[in-house]
Amino acid sequence: MSRFHYLPLTDEERAEMLNDLGINSVDELFTDIPKTVRFSGEMELPPPLSESEAVNHLAELADRNYHLQENPSFLGAGVYDHFVPAAVKHVLGRSEFYTSYTPYQAEVSQGLLQSIFEYQTMICQLTGMDVANASMYDGATAVAEAAVMSCNVTRRDKVVVSRSVHPAYRQVLQAYFDARDFRLEEIPMKEGTLDGEEIEAQIDDQTAALVVQNPNFLGMLEDYNGLAEMVHGKGALLVAAVDPISLPLVKTPARYGADIVAGEGQSLGNFTSYGGPLLGFFAAREKFARRMPGRISGQTVDTEGRRGFVMTMQTREQHIRRGRATSNICSNQALNALAATVYMASLGPQGMKEVASLCLQKAAYLREKIESLTGYRVVYPGPYFKEFPVMVPGAPEELNQRLLEAGIIGGLDLGRFYPELENSVLFCVTEKRTREEMDKLVHELEGWK
Amino acid sequence: MRKEKALLFELGRPGRRGASLPPVDVPEKPLEELLPPEMQRETPLDLPELSEGEVMRHFTELSHRNFGVDSGFYPLGSCTMKYNPKINEEVAAFPGFTHLHPYQDDATVQGALELFYLAEQGLKEVTGMDRISFQPAAGAHGELTGLMVILAYHRSRGEKRKKVLVPDSAHGTNPATITMAGCKAVEIPSDERGLVDLEALKQNVDEDTAGLMLTNPNTLGLFEEDIDQIARVVHDVGGLLYYDGANLNAVMGYARPGDMGFDVVHLNLHKTFSTPHGGGGPGSGSVGVKEKLIPFLPYPVLGKDGEGNYYWNHDLPQSIGKIHSFYGNFTVAVKAYTYLRMMGAPGLKQVSRDAVLNANYLMNRLKDYYYLKYQRTCKHEFVISARQIKKNYGVGTADVAKALLDYGFHPPTVYFPLIVEEPLMVEPTETESKETLDDFAEAMKKIVSLAQKDPEQVTSAPHNTVVGRLDELTAARYPRARWIPEE
Repeated sequence: MSRFHYLPLTDEERAEMLNDLGINSVDELFTDIPKTVRFSGEMELPPPLSESEAVNHLAELADRNYHLQENPSFLGAGVYDHFVPAAVKHVLGRSEFYTSYTPYQAEVSQGLLQSIFEYQTMICQLTGMDVANASMYDGATAVAEAAVMSCNVTRRDKVVVSRSVHPAYRQVLQAYFDARDFRLEEIPMKEGTLDGEEIEAQIDDQTAALVVQNPNFLGMLEDYNGLAEMVHGKGALLVAAVDPISLPLVKTPARYGADIVAGEGQSLGNFTSYGGPLLGFFAAREKFARRMPGRISGQTVDTEGRRGFVMTMQTREQHIRRGRATSNICSNQALNALAATVYMASLGPQGMKEVASLCLQKAAYLREKIESLTGYRVVYPGPYFKEFPVMVPGAPEELNQRLLEAGIIGGLDLGRFYPELENSVLFCVTEKRTREEMDKLVHELEGWK
Repeated sequence: MRKEKALLFELGRPGRRGASLPPVDVPEKPLEELLPPEMQRETPLDLPELSEGEVMRHFTELSHRNFGVDSGFYPLGSCTMKYNPKINEEVAAFPGFTHLHPYQDDATVQGALELFYLAEQGLKEVTGMDRISFQPAAGAHGELTGLMVILAYHRSRGEKRKKVLVPDSAHGTNPATITMAGCKAVEIPSDERGLVDLEALKQNVDEDTAGLMLTNPNTLGLFEEDIDQIARVVHDVGGLLYYDGANLNAVMGYARPGDMGFDVVHLNLHKTFSTPHGGGGPGSGSVGVKEKLIPFLPYPVLGKDGEGNYYWNHDLPQSIGKIHSFYGNFTVAVKAYTYLRMMGAPGLKQVSRDAVLNANYLMNRLKDYYYLKYQRTCKHEFVISARQIKKNYGVGTADVAKALLDYGFHPPTVYFPLIVEEPLMVEPTETESKETLDDFAEAMKKIVSLAQKDPEQVTSAPHNTVVGRLDELTAARYPRARWIPEE
């Protein structure tokens, strides 16, 4: 009998099957592996665990982490601790979804294909764009693919990115561009946002796209008045990364003229999960639909005219076009996109607006409180959404250590990414943070010098 | 009776909601004070309005219209649709894993870092590589990362190599990745054995060859038995060997990429290591490299100090950079690690033994009814062809696949690899019983006799699914990728 409960074959069955094949042992099926490369030893792995031992071991590892349910957190910077309704978990737990693969056989994958179609529609409603794909790995790779797509569409090889865009996005963009010998240039910031005066000089007839983020990495809202006209005037595209949670209140990227919208959708119904899995989302104007990377679910009919859904425009993709595909992406973050769909369906327009409004109001409360403390300075005066940088009277690392002792996970030390913001901390407030928690944070800040 | 399923947007009523939120517990400011009017959204957000119960019913109904491994046999070749242990889901849902923020101080996430460390130790041993990065979020992402590492290695030696070789049996992601990495794919034909044509390989390697991407066993399910010579030919010109780990499930405990001469490998943790495919993700395309390539891995890499504390090391001057916002799909790594610990070395070896036994048994049962181009022992999968029934009765691969749906099976991978006519690529995996294989073989046999007697029945399949055969051509020609309200 097998001691491994995922393996159904019994020794009797194995013997029958070998007999059927006319051989004596399973090892005979491996004789095509030449002796020179055959692994003859035993792999040195810890002995197999039973399920209950595995639970204990994993629980022990999990218990050694300080997590956000026990320690209120003011960390954001691209991954957010928003509330996830219980319904999300229960839909995601349905194994017809999570044990399926990419919906290659449409007739038995209507559930997933329809939910992707609904997801794509909701991403379009949020961003104002015409067409969205089924998902990308994360915000950073979504932005990198948007930049690559811009180069392919315009047949140009330079992209200009604002320094206010998430540092990790810029780093991933750099890696994708280094490989292809594409050029990446950075536009400096002014008062914590994209410096409008610098742009015109940097965008030339070789520029494929300008990449911006709103609200930007520092939480600030950027003013894009006249930006798209200028970018388009030079034959380049405007790529915008956005926080979907902000969009019920904040101007849509379609309105300020973005051609491609890419970003991080984790906050739509997904936990922070130590930064993965995340949810890259990707949307564009209609005319670029066939240049987009990734899966797209499309509506069609069956032989009797009934509505159904299939993966569509597949000639863009690697399994058809191989080396000439728009991207190599195959597996994406389908289940995370499903979470986003359930989240948006649950919250509805009113709930989505309330989440945005709660973030805005609570962030304003905390910002005002911190501003009144001596030794602390809110770095930028401009409008923000749910995050804002604060200069603190000492090393952020020490501050965060003190906060941790009080059971609080502090904000992000910005000096790690922006040397010019040394001793500054990015505080984030979601709808989950209570007034009590914020007052406690302020109290701790006050007592720290 | 087949019924259309309403879309979310066709359900609900204005005024309903499916979630509650905390009250505003701070003094409220007027919106204009916080958000200048010119920065505000102009048209209200248009989303459906449903109660929680309606939301659950909608998605439950959708789940009934979806087929997963828990629904039935899913022999999708090269995708390793093995059973996904439930314990994986349970442990990955511990708040101590799901509620961690990626920018938390290393000292506060020692359990998570240790998990990465332990998972790395295990995967190193299984693959024979020297370091693993968990950053790539999927197989194709791992391929891109691996290729970037190879190119960075060549650049560090003052070489700008641009040519990457792939067999004609390779996954479509391979050539697509090569393009993404700014290189040129050169296809190497397969020989009459279904293996890499060594002579053609020799003719195509040169000083511009950055490397060879190889899946072993290959997509025909055949072990590349000349791997020694292949490795030598590529290494002799200074090229590196890339292992596409999609098919690792065939050889655990029998052969390790690191011992076969591979310099880089990506693993699909959602295939071999049982984390679910999630309907197309999240997966994990973790990348393993040999010693000399460690300096080029994406940053940060995990470090362990003298006191046994784990930390992220961002200081890698030769790194290719970052390829994911953070550290990759962490909770997927949690599931893979759980599987690795539950199976151990004997379990993983038994997995490969049963996977290969199941595949050979099923191949043997099917070869009298379907053409088998390469008549030899397979590993975890094999490719049969519907070319005879296509020729004789006009019933092709797609028809066989659709007919299988009526028998309650998910079809094999179809129309791949490209070097076999009317191909069906079958990967039963080790988690299927003999009865299931026998039932499947019986269904495949019945389809052949039905094709003979009443081909129309097969070409009009499926008949028992929630929708009939769907029109993909019209969908592609007149794309409708979002719901639009009727005027």
